[in-house]
Amino acid sequence: MEGTNVSATIQQLPSYLETFLQLQKQSPVHRQESWLRGVREDAFTSFCQLGFPTVHDEDWRFTSVAPIAQTTFHLSEIPEDETDTVTEDDIAPYRLESLAAQLVFVNGRYVSRLSCLPAGHKGLQVSSLAEAMLKEREKIEPHLTRYTDSSKEAFTALNTAFFEDGAFVFIPRGLALQKPIYLLYLNTGSETPRIANPRNLIMAGENSQGTILEDYVSLGVGESFTNVVTEVVAAEQAVLHHYRIERESTEVFHVSTLSIQQGRSTTVNSHSVLTGGALVRNNIQPVLAGEGGNCLINGLFIGNGRQHLDNYMKVEHRSAHCASHQFYNGILDGESRGVFHGRILVCKGAQQTDSKQTNRNLLLSDTAQMDSKPQLEIFADDVKCTHSATIGQIDEEALFYLRSRGLDEAAAEGLLLFAFASECLERMNPGLIRNYLAKIIMRALPQAKQSEAAL
Amino acid sequence: MSMLEIRNLHARIENREILKGLNLTVNAGEVHSIMGPNGSGKSTLAQVMARRENYVVTEGEILLDGKDLLAMKPEDAACEGVFMAFQYPIEIAGISNAYFLRAALNAVRKYHGKKEMDAMDFMPFYKQKMKLLEVDESFMTRSVNEGFSGGEKKRNEILQMALLEPKLAILDETDSGLDIDAMRIVANGVNAMRSPDRAIIVITHYQRLLDYIVPDFVHVLVDGRIVKSGGKELALTLEEQGYVGVETEASATAVAV
Repeated sequence: MEGTNVSATIQQLPSYLETFLQLQKQSPVHRQESWLRGVREDAFTSFCQLGFPTVHDEDWRFTSVAPIAQTTFHLSEIPEDETDTVTEDDIAPYRLESLAAQLVFVNGRYVSRLSCLPAGHKGLQVSSLAEAMLKEREKIEPHLTRYTDSSKEAFTALNTAFFEDGAFVFIPRGLALQKPIYLLYLNTGSETPRIANPRNLIMAGENSQGTILEDYVSLGVGESFTNVVTEVVAAEQAVLHHYRIERESTEVFHVSTLSIQQGRSTTVNSHSVLTGGALVRNNIQPVLAGEGGNCLINGLFIGNGRQHLDNYMKVEHRSAHCASHQFYNGILDGESRGVFHGRILVCKGAQQTDSKQTNRNLLLSDTAQMDSKPQLEIFADDVKCTHSATIGQIDEEALFYLRSRGLDEAAAEGLLLFAFASECLERMNPGLIRNYLAKIIMRALPQAKQSEAAL
Repeated sequence: MSMLEIRNLHARIENREILKGLNLTVNAGEVHSIMGPNGSGKSTLAQVMARRENYVVTEGEILLDGKDLLAMKPEDAACEGVFMAFQYPIEIAGISNAYFLRAALNAVRKYHGKKEMDAMDFMPFYKQKMKLLEVDESFMTRSVNEGFSGGEKKRNEILQMALLEPKLAILDETDSGLDIDAMRIVANGVNAMRSPDRAIIVITHYQRLLDYIVPDFVHVLVDGRIVKSGGKELALTLEEQGYVGVETEASATAVAV
């Protein structure tokens, strides 16, 4: 098994190498950011050495990325035709009122024509990362690529070596931003498999507050690979709500890594909703570096057909008095497969750690499958760590109760599924984004469509 | 024609026969009480009428206004006007009472070709019924029965009944676990529902509830059959003498047959 996977990786390497060299020569971002060149070269070397992970790798035990390893992906050409063809009408469903800003990316590239930049907040920056790297090197250099580990993670290494653009968000010290920032990533699809490597850097200054939504959407069909890395840095006392929706088409491979660096007394809430994609891996990796940090990792995944949705999280408690709570609910139908792999690492000295992990799953068919794996590594002696996982079917008693009041079976089932999904919604702050997600979730649920109007 | 005709009903669960030839006729406007010892089949009767699928009817029929109730799914029975107040109401996290009740009410309205009720029309209607059952308005946004006390759950059942306005209401041991105050509130709610075109069946083990909801008829169910019927005074006799008397009577009848 391992042999075939490794050779599959090596088979595609010339193509990755060619692309890498081409980027160095032709991509304006790669040419101008000389300060990043060494980092990119190291990352590419790591990627070549690591190869794609296999199921023999403990962190990838339940997810084979062979389909990604075996496919030759192309970067979209520059200038990119598709960015011109996406119209305002195409993205009308993704426009929200009362946003602080909305950045739109097409196949990984920023499209200013479709984006709305922030106004009225002194010091708030929301822009294309490529642009910011040119103009604000001194702000970005100390952080970009510092919170990810390209020497160990192949997909991160690939992103670091290849990325051309993404979002840069900087919330200045003391600013409590009320309105959300919406980052929309459109995948237009194409006839040949294509790769996009968006890279985002989100910086929340001391005592600042903000809400960010990353939304991954398909506008067309075709096999493609979205390999995104987001780095979040929260300075002391910052409060950040991060939302991520993966709802690309079921031909898309999607690997995303959210690396969060939390300072003293920070709160970062990460909410993930996965409904799309063929093979999805969602890595959430907070590092609680300062005392008194709080981290919520909340998620919902809804699979159908042959979807494979892998939720991986690695929480590193490096300081004392930090809390991390993970809650993931999964709903799996058809032959879909879900994975919950929650790793909690409590470092020496991280006393008074409070860590909790809950994974609840509903299987709607006999052929759906769920693997749930908690992993606790504790090197401190005064900590509280709990975990629990359940896998079950729809509760027949509850179903009968609803039907006995007049709801037909499909409506009753839909309502119960929505209730189960709502556990995830209820952990989000009430407001615009939660309502938006509720509708997206409702549409993704089997048999729940009839109640949408009631929301 | 009577509203409800139960003829020679035999029902089993997991190969155990519970109802063994039960007959009962209920007319619109009447309140019937079915009393009996534990395990006599009271709840089974309620569950069969609410069309719970794990109870299998092997013989007999139930007609609701002439329609074959046993051919109906639970939701169809509900839409035809059957309402069972659960002995143990189910907790459903994540669905608010208001949302659930409006969905249920609209399902029933849709079945009868009526226009669905929007939130604007529903809320005043709901609040009016909440007042009747003396429940706090916070009920609306709370999840269905989640974290409710026993009394709150039972009041919520009667509240649902008041909103859905069934033709035939079946109260399955609604008094179990209720203190006197809660019982009075529940009974007030039920009494407010008494009407010439509605029938109510009160299933109970004890007579006390019948002090508040005074029945027109009392039936004693023993070992899957109604062995004795009478007026409200029968409940008092049972309270004094217990079920021992009727049980002996019943077995004597069985021997005689």
